[in-house]
Amino acid sequence: MRRGSTWLPLLLILAIVVSALAVVRTKHENRALISELDSLRAERERLDMEWAQLQLEEASLAANNRVEAMARAQLGMTEPRAYEIVEAGP
Amino acid sequence: MRHRQDKASARVARSAAPVSAWRRVAVLSALLLGAFGVLGRAFQLQVIDQDFLAAEGSKRFIRKLGIPAHRGAILDRRGEPLALSAPVESLWAVPQDLLDSPKHVEAVAQLLGRRPDEFRSYLKARADRKFVYISDPLSPTEAKRVLSLGAPGVFSDPSYARYYPAGEVAGQLVGFCGRDTTGLEGIEKAQESVLRGSPGARRVIRDRAGHVVEDNLEYVPAQSGQDVQLTIDLRIQYLAYRELKNAVAQHNARGGMIVIADAGTGEVLAIASQPGFNPNNPAERRPPGTRNRVITDSLEPGSTAKPLLVAQALELGLFRPSSTVDTGPGWFKVGALTVHDVHPGGVMDLATILAKSSNVGAAKIGLTLGPQAVWSGFQRFGINEPVYTGFPGEVGSVLRNYSSWGEIATATASYGYGWSVSALHLLRAYAALANDGLMPQIRLIKNGRSVPPQRAISANTAREVRHMMENVVAPGGSALKASIQGYKVAGKTGTTRKLAEGGGYDGNRHEALFVGMVPAERPRLVGLVIIDDPSEGAYYGGLVAAPVFSSVMQGAARLLQISPDGTQMPEDAAPSTTARAPLLLDSKGPKT
Repeated sequence: MRRGSTWLPLLLILAIVVSALAVVRTKHENRALISELDSLRAERERLDMEWAQLQLEEASLAANNRVEAMARAQLGMTEPRAYEIVEAGP
Repeated sequence: MRHRQDKASARVARSAAPVSAWRRVAVLSALLLGAFGVLGRAFQLQVIDQDFLAAEGSKRFIRKLGIPAHRGAILDRRGEPLALSAPVESLWAVPQDLLDSPKHVEAVAQLLGRRPDEFRSYLKARADRKFVYISDPLSPTEAKRVLSLGAPGVFSDPSYARYYPAGEVAGQLVGFCGRDTTGLEGIEKAQESVLRGSPGARRVIRDRAGHVVEDNLEYVPAQSGQDVQLTIDLRIQYLAYRELKNAVAQHNARGGMIVIADAGTGEVLAIASQPGFNPNNPAERRPPGTRNRVITDSLEPGSTAKPLLVAQALELGLFRPSSTVDTGPGWFKVGALTVHDVHPGGVMDLATILAKSSNVGAAKIGLTLGPQAVWSGFQRFGINEPVYTGFPGEVGSVLRNYSSWGEIATATASYGYGWSVSALHLLRAYAALANDGLMPQIRLIKNGRSVPPQRAISANTAREVRHMMENVVAPGGSALKASIQGYKVAGKTGTTRKLAEGGGYDGNRHEALFVGMVPAERPRLVGLVIIDDPSEGAYYGGLVAAPVFSSVMQGAARLLQISPDGTQMPEDAAPSTTARAPLLLDSKGPKT
């Protein structure tokens, strides 16, 4: 029996073990990434909800009737006239 | 020694004794039977029960997860939200579990704003149930506060609710959704297929801690609903709604409507009617508040039909702007019918007929043209064509064919009685006058697709009629109150008697109309105001509807930065609206 022929099967066995470990590792990484993707999706969902909430809040704070009431009552504002005479101070 | 030998030979003899054949057969068949048994079981599991077992296996670690699809928003032309979906949580309880812990009952009741004893009896009455809603949809933070009490048997159910930030201001246009968030009224209903998304689903494998570890089994992506952008401008909509509501209250009217459109494109900038409703409050969601009168109600145009008649008369060349009609003493007999004028004026030119809104003049023009020409004149302005807004419940028009018209029908049709249209028909016809004879398609939804306008009358006729209508909004005309400081306004009033319950016309109930355009030289905006059955003080279109038109158009012209074309001096300008009270809406706005 030649010497090389004992090394070859050993080498192949080693390769099998290494590739098996690689498969395990890839599988693990895959699962970790999927898990991350899933939590990112959940995060996106949460942010979408928050965005809707904030839009709603902005719209109700900027509602025309609310702004008008505040402008007139609290700030004493009026619509500008095209032509107005303002009395100068003393 | 001999004894030993015997012993040995006996052992040899015993071991060498032939085995009886039946034992061999028995052992072999037992083995064979075992082998068949194993094979058979394997066959049963692998082939016969395979589907069932695989399904049971999947059930234990594969989960099907829904992917929610959001309903699209409804926006105004500037992107302000008119309808939005926001997450809410509805709290529910297992009554018996909650009742077992009295101190929690009290705490939950307090957070929900209910009286503890009332809440307890509410739960007791339903103690045999396993599921009872204990709150309206709450915002997620409120729900979290209740859940953090740790009360036994209290859970929450996440869902989406629809909110309408503009509330009653755009209520009848936007419409609303039911509890299952499908559109029931208005644009929500009309655009259901666009707004609604289709939910997706995916199948995943989860580990014991609940993390998804594999999700490439099946994936149907969710299709979120698309946003719908309307043509209305919320600022003008608000202004229009406020002024309309004030006017309806001031004249103690049954209702009213207002619609303003871009004269060139036919895009509706504001559309509102009274009585209104707040779409955020489910209790108010019923007629008549929910009805969008501008689109769903039909009305007799009355005097507002006269400019259309005059346009036809000019178009046919039978009259010229300087032509005169003798209206006599202010009344005129056509068969059994006597036509009356409110302001008798003797011989009038066409402009004066419009300015004084002479029924006799209109009837005489109509009789000169003949039934067919009168009918086809209205036809030019699309009176018999649907408006095609796509809004649910759009009302059609009723204009009978001229072949059935006698003299009386011709005369009354000429001043706008005996046929009915929706307010949008009338607005579209006036848009044609405003847009130099090109009648645009009236649109509520902004979506790129535009139908080219159709030619109703020549540009020259349109300009002449507009000039005449400027006299309506001038000293001596019927609608001086429609004038706007700095702008020339063209328009026409109408005061129609309402149909009585038992047939015929009711002498005491009126509709006050005003249709007009600003600025008169090159109109950008066309608007229509109707006050239904004003019962306090005046009822004439020029006194009731025209002031609303003036104040809304003044605001709209400022918001849209339309440059003034008027020559009016500031000194004799109409009073401005500075002292007006803001619209008081009820405080039931969206919860945020």
